[in-house]
Amino acid sequence: MFKFKTILAALVGAMALVAPATAAEPGGPLVPKQSWTFAGPFGTYDENQLQRGFQVYREVCASCHGMRLIAFRNLSEPGGPRFSEAQVRALAAEYQIVDPAAEGGVRPGVPADRFPTPFANEQEARDANGGAYPPDFSVIAKARGIYEPFPNWAFNYFTGYSEGGPDYIHALLMGYREPPEGIELQPGQYYNDYFPGHLISMAPPLQDGLVTYEGEGVPETLDQYATDLSAFLMWTAEPHLVARKEAGFRVITFLILFAGLLYFVKNKLWANVKHRNPSPDDVERDARA
Amino acid sequence: MSSHESNYSPTGPVERWVDERLPLVRFAKEHLMDFPTPKNLNYWWTFGAILAIMLVVQIVTGIVLAMHYTPHIDLAFDSVEHIRRDVNGGRIIQATHAVGASMFFVALYIHIFRGLYFGSYKAPREILWMLGVIIFILVMAIAFMGYVLPWGQMSFWGATVITNIFSAVPVAGEPLLQLLRGGFAVDNPTLNRFFSLHYLLPFVVAAVVVLHIWALHVPGNNNPIGVDVKSSRDTVPFHPYYTMKDLFAIVVFFIPFAWFVFFAPDILGHPDNYIQANAQITPAHIVPEWYLLPFYTILRAIDFNVLFIDSRLGGVIAMAGSLVILFFLPWLDRSRVRSGTFRPMFKIFYWLFVVNFLVLTYLGAQPAEGIYVLLAKISTAYYFAYFLIILPLLSRIETPRPLPASISESVLGKAH
Ligand code: HEC
Ligand code: HEM
Repeated sequence: MFKFKTILAALVGAMALVAPATAAEPGGPLVPKQSWTFAGPFGTYDENQLQRGFQVYREVCASCHGMRLIAFRNLSEPGGPRFSEAQVRALAAEYQIVDPAAEGGVRPGVPADRFPTPFANEQEARDANGGAYPPDFSVIAKARGIYEPFPNWAFNYFTGYSEGGPDYIHALLMGYREPPEGIELQPGQYYNDYFPGHLISMAPPLQDGLVTYEGEGVPETLDQYATDLSAFLMWTAEPHLVARKEAGFRVITFLILFAGLLYFVKNKLWANVKHRNPSPDDVERDARA
Repeated sequence: MSSHESNYSPTGPVERWVDERLPLVRFAKEHLMDFPTPKNLNYWWTFGAILAIMLVVQIVTGIVLAMHYTPHIDLAFDSVEHIRRDVNGGRIIQATHAVGASMFFVALYIHIFRGLYFGSYKAPREILWMLGVIIFILVMAIAFMGYVLPWGQMSFWGATVITNIFSAVPVAGEPLLQLLRGGFAVDNPTLNRFFSLHYLLPFVVAAVVVLHIWALHVPGNNNPIGVDVKSSRDTVPFHPYYTMKDLFAIVVFFIPFAWFVFFAPDILGHPDNYIQANAQITPAHIVPEWYLLPFYTILRAIDFNVLFIDSRLGGVIAMAGSLVILFFLPWLDRSRVRSGTFRPMFKIFYWLFVVNFLVLTYLGAQPAEGIYVLLAKISTAYYFAYFLIILPLLSRIETPRPLPASISESVLGKAH
């Protein structure tokens, strides 16, 4: 009865009981899951998508949302959007960095600098946004999640689902609509299906055709912008995701092979040792025999 | 230390010289290699070794993290991000430590429930069991304080809610609370003392583990049929038989561990902890880490006053009691039969207890409203009834099934 299979089952059961990671409250429609290139054990970022996402961020969101933990140089690092080093140097130089050591207190940015924040502090940010605070984007994709009803979330432990953040951000950007009957919006408030409490103080930042993508073939739609931007935010939150998953594949392959090997060695070793435990029925039968 | 003889014979004059002065090699051979171990242990007995390895994993990864971590409220959050982003291998080291805490508790709970089923807490292993309970409480404290260190929203609010529990203690409550927090509210002094203790206590645990294994090696292991070892035919030397089996189990345990570390490192945590702590904004739900949830449910289940004890103090008493009661377990269960396999009635109540414990865990993550409030009371009642009523009663009324005469006889049995 107490066998290996039972142990596995117990492990699985214990895992499944771990409280579901819920961030968004139930009460609105469920956030639809997207298919991301970076999902699953073999997931990788799509460099072009990250570059487009960065473009949307820079042209639309950056006036309100900072990314204080991201350095310009990160944009050219492996596993990221892979802008060229020359592009990054040119980009950084467009920004003015506060530096008490520089003449006049500011100087043009270099790749090692981090993105300057749009507001000097939280108070200034709130003052500019009618009291609401546009959160920093450095780790926002991991600071949000989605609500899933039982038993759906239990499967996440087996699929390794970790894309609740980008799924939520994508849904949020697409989720603006007219408020239902009876809901009064204050000035500066908007109704959003997916925002907790539904009343958000950010005007819909995106709309079809707002950003012009270079080259052909990528639709300039709200959905596409939201997808690219969400992917980009996943990268800012998890810049080493690709390397981590690649290492994981090697580690788990090794562990499985090694476990198999050990299993045979162990069995060989134990082959001559009788160690099976009888059930109470066996004991009774033996006693009678 | 224990009664069995070691067959260590020093080879050469140097080894003999050392052996006569500090018999370290003799000791190691006696306890890590020759130690006679029942040959019928199943895989539930590998979790002690798994825990020992996990303790090492946590200490090693933790020491590396501490090299890069800054225990200051303005810097802690960013310093953890710095580890994830800029330290070589930092994302994996940090994930191993964070996921490792959860895996530690998975192993800890399995290890404890193994003991509960097979009666490993009974004579002559009471002290071994009680040392285990001390370890359990210490590890919960360590994990709780560790969760505060990244200084996210759940860190801060978890720390606020949990430390606040102590204020319910009569008379000493307020001073105790201030001592824990280093002030009136959770703030920089709290973070500093938690970091200090989070670094210290694992080594205390390591010391208690040494006592735990010492206390194990006096009577030797219990086993799945719960019948004492009668002769050397019942045992095999620990090495290579159990070193090999434990190693296999450890590697298998590492597979789900690695799965989470590499493919879903944040799935066991809460997204709110990626938001830097903010004393002005309370998260919608404050949930402790999953491994504390059963006890959190017991704490919240007491929402009524009993005589002069108000509900807050009542909750604290119930929660503390749910742990303290474990110390008395060896004297509450008086049944002479150790292994649950041979106790037909015990088995039913045991599995109910397991399910009930899972329900307690589940309820801890739910809001205290509606049907959950009632369920929490019922499952809390069963938790205590199991120890205080069912086990004492069963030892009087239950007729156990016949036990095998000995381990080797049982494993040689003809019926299979
Ligand atoms: C004019 C300023 C402004 C711009 C431009 C802007 N936002 Fe916001 N954003 C805000 C404010 C203000 C909030 C806080 C809303 C609240 O708390 O009600 C916010 C909140 C958010 C949130 C967090 C919602 C939550 O769950 O808490 C996300 C995600 C977000 N914005 C994404 C974006 C994206 C993506 C863009 C660019 C496409 C963008 N924002 C552009 C002002 C802005
Ligand atoms: C850091 C945590 C711990 C470590 C490293 C540890 C280690 C071990 C080891 C190596 C063994 C022998 C192998 C085995 O039976 O699995 C053991 C046995 C035991 N442990 Fe633990 N343990 C820990 C925590 C606990 C806790 C929390 C409890 C109970 C509350 C406990 C109770 C026991 C008991 C009763 C035994 C004897 C089991 C038997 O022989 O049947 N241990 N422990």
